[in-house]
Amino acid sequence: MDESHAIVAHQFDDAGQQRESALLGMWVFLATEIMFFGGLFAGYTAYRFQYAEGFAAASHHLDMLLGAINTAVLLTSSLTMALAVHSAQVGKKPAHIVGWLILTMLFGCAFLGIKVIEYHDKFVHHLVPGASFAWEGALARQAQMFYYLYFAMTGLHAIHMLAGVAVVLVIAIQAARGRYTPQYHNPLEITGLYWHFVDIVWIFLFPLLYLIA
Amino acid sequence: MSNHVIPVKTYVAVFVALMVLLVVTVAVRYVHLGAFNVAAALAIAFIKTFLVVLYFMHVRYSHRLIWIFVGVGFYWLTILLALTMSDFISRVWPPFGGG
Repeated sequence: MDESHAIVAHQFDDAGQQRESALLGMWVFLATEIMFFGGLFAGYTAYRFQYAEGFAAASHHLDMLLGAINTAVLLTSSLTMALAVHSAQVGKKPAHIVGWLILTMLFGCAFLGIKVIEYHDKFVHHLVPGASFAWEGALARQAQMFYYLYFAMTGLHAIHMLAGVAVVLVIAIQAARGRYTPQYHNPLEITGLYWHFVDIVWIFLFPLLYLIA
Repeated sequence: MSNHVIPVKTYVAVFVALMVLLVVTVAVRYVHLGAFNVAAALAIAFIKTFLVVLYFMHVRYSHRLIWIFVGVGFYWLTILLALTMSDFISRVWPPFGGG
């Protein structure tokens, strides 16, 4: 590896060690994120076990088509993010990297826009837990618990998406300044890891919330 | 450690596989398999996760130490879910509350 083009901080022996440290540090953070979401998934599992019927009935009020479209949007954003990292790895011009990052942000914002439409629909139909929650039919308490978990899980996920779009914006600005080369693109690479992690959370949220048979 | 470059066509192939699995997971929703509906949905989600982790996140070509850290993350999650559910499944709990 040609280290003359790499920015090696003084505590590292070389660019390779610096890169390994950055990746390992990011995976440690992602392990804590798995546990952060894990608490909600454990709560979901326990309540779905107890409230199977109510959860199925409540799930049918979610818009499966919008959920599926959002899954496709996020998977596509992961592809564009992977291609942004790939462009830096093979030494493409900054415009290439920035282009893929802008596409990634656009897909991220499209996801959040569809989420806003869905949330608005839930407010209109009184499916937001709380004083104005209205449920026609049996198992209202169970249905309300489903919507507590729906808003907590998709809400936490949406906050992660917002943070992701903000970080990708910063990385895109750095990329436009020509900061990332085949020798050094650690910030871009670990931002990609974060983006893919948030995608994986949604890969589980979609079937668990929208597809209860 | 090598900075392995995954070719673009691999990324596109993984993306196509992820989209096909998305269609499959929606289709399985309409097949009545009883308790196996959840199992099928989770199995598909795990296959998608493996594809994203191995290729989009480059773990297949990463240092072995990274493999351990990725595995540990999911291992802790398994402990969390297994111990929680062993309690709910094996004990007689009073109902969480009325309808």
